[in-house]
Amino acid sequence: MGTAASAGQQEKISLLKVLGPVHVWALGVGIVLVGEYMGWNFSVAKGGAYGSLIACWVIGLLYTCVAMIDSEVTSTVAAAGGQYTQAKHIIGPLMAFNVGLYLVMAYTMLEAADALVVGDLLKAVAQQYGAELDPRPFVVLTIAFLAWMNYRGVFMTLTVNFVITAFAFIAILVLFFHATGLTDGHSVLLHRELLVDLPYGWIGVLASLQFGMWYYLGIEGTCQAAEEVRSAGRSIPMGTMGGMMTLLIAASLTWYICTGIIPWEYLGQATTPLYDAARLMGSVELEVMLFIGTMFAAIASANGCINDASRAWFSMSRDRYMPHWFGAVHPRYRTPYRSILFLIPIAVSFAFTGLLDQVITFSILSGLLGYTFMSFNIVRFRRLWPLGSIERGYVHPYHPIPCIVLGVLCAATYFATYLGYGTSLLSIMAFYILVSIWFVVRRYPFVKRGEQFTMPWPRPKGY
Amino acid sequence: MSRNVYKPPVQKGFGQFIDAMVVLALVYLSLLAPLLLGGTAAESAATEHKAAPTWEELKQNDVMKAQWEKLGHTPETAEPIVTKKFSYEVEPLSLGITIAVIVGYFIFMLKMSDREYREVINERFGPKAGKGD
Repeated sequence: MGTAASAGQQEKISLLKVLGPVHVWALGVGIVLVGEYMGWNFSVAKGGAYGSLIACWVIGLLYTCVAMIDSEVTSTVAAAGGQYTQAKHIIGPLMAFNVGLYLVMAYTMLEAADALVVGDLLKAVAQQYGAELDPRPFVVLTIAFLAWMNYRGVFMTLTVNFVITAFAFIAILVLFFHATGLTDGHSVLLHRELLVDLPYGWIGVLASLQFGMWYYLGIEGTCQAAEEVRSAGRSIPMGTMGGMMTLLIAASLTWYICTGIIPWEYLGQATTPLYDAARLMGSVELEVMLFIGTMFAAIASANGCINDASRAWFSMSRDRYMPHWFGAVHPRYRTPYRSILFLIPIAVSFAFTGLLDQVITFSILSGLLGYTFMSFNIVRFRRLWPLGSIERGYVHPYHPIPCIVLGVLCAATYFATYLGYGTSLLSIMAFYILVSIWFVVRRYPFVKRGEQFTMPWPRPKGY
Repeated sequence: MSRNVYKPPVQKGFGQFIDAMVVLALVYLSLLAPLLLGGTAAESAATEHKAAPTWEELKQNDVMKAQWEKLGHTPETAEPIVTKKFSYEVEPLSLGITIAVIVGYFIFMLKMSDREYREVINERFGPKAGKGD
């Protein structure tokens, strides 16, 4: 089972094509919706409540560009690994290796943060009722249970994700209706008294772009399902753009509720702001609903992250960018089981480092590097294979405006990260530089050159 | 179709294990580096306050005060949260280094990727001068 030969035989077993647009939506929104339940509010600390709202919309524009570009490339390069496989076919092996690592790091670190939220929330609720609770067993249990589901099969995993993500989204809508008085005619929102001017001026608004990413981080994960959907040309654009619309609504409602009921300084450091908002409304039913919503959002996110990180690691291993042993598919469940199992202890150890802000910054920056890649990837994709030269599942409109906007917003977000997290930014860049050199020197000799190009396309223009 | 096909060496299990560990070690190092270098997220610092504060001193109006109290806070417990502020001073040298690192990283990546991509394409489609696909 563990020999190279058996791994070679197993890799010929392909992943199952069982998913539809609903599963793509559940994968994308499932990963991200936890961002409305925790994390987005750190943008309030960096730029104030209005700064956070501006960041929500500006970064929403960044992600709309990401979704447009990604839908075109992914519906054409329909293979596991998503952006990694795109980079392999369009830019080259070193870029692909880096993009694969962006995905693995962004999702594994996000998964660790999700599991921590589950543990911390249980601990906080236990404290409310006078009990002491060690959250660590719950962190391990959550990751282990989700990994088991992922091990057993993608269809069940993403069907569960659809149900719990839908519940978490509905919980935000219910909270909004109660807060605004649409149900009983009595609004509890106090924006006039709680909102203040920009505490740091416009530079604070710029700085808040960093955590504004948390509203949407991971929506591009829909691409990881490309090899397992029945119709990539239909399901990926539909699921991704539908997911983006869901998130824009959820993000705006979340901001509106929380800033109307929680003082901005508290909001800027809260671990579970939506749950806190429900507590302040004084309704036990709402409190319970938001407790379940927060749990479900974190679980759905961790679930999607395990799915995506393992597929990226699996794809890299299948191509020998990483050790080939991880590139095996389970003979019965048809899942990348070795990659799933390998990443469990890593996610747990990230969760136990106690460096949550570092872990989150690593996740955000890895995502940002991936979006920067997308801005020049689409330009090159259109240049190497102009429209009409290959069959595309979807062609995004207004090219090159989305990629220019994306590039400019990525640059602004690097600057936002520099403001307050400059050392973290440099240390994470140092990681990617060192690991790139390591790939060129150590791993690339193991890569079979011609096998990196698997799409049935003509020779790229200019090569 | 007589193309020069590159035959990579077969990697043994121990080598594969070492390679996976190297990547992990680098990840942990970069997570810990900001702590070791003394510049973490705590690049924001709380301001000093001597006496026990009041809600008015913390610039909280009556509505804010009521919400803080519902959340279980007193002026003493709220003070470190309220007075913690970010410092957004831009140092030209550190900003220049950061820009150079990011731009340099992408330039290195694109140059190196292009060289490797040509090997991939030449092996997959044959040398450029030959019959095109």
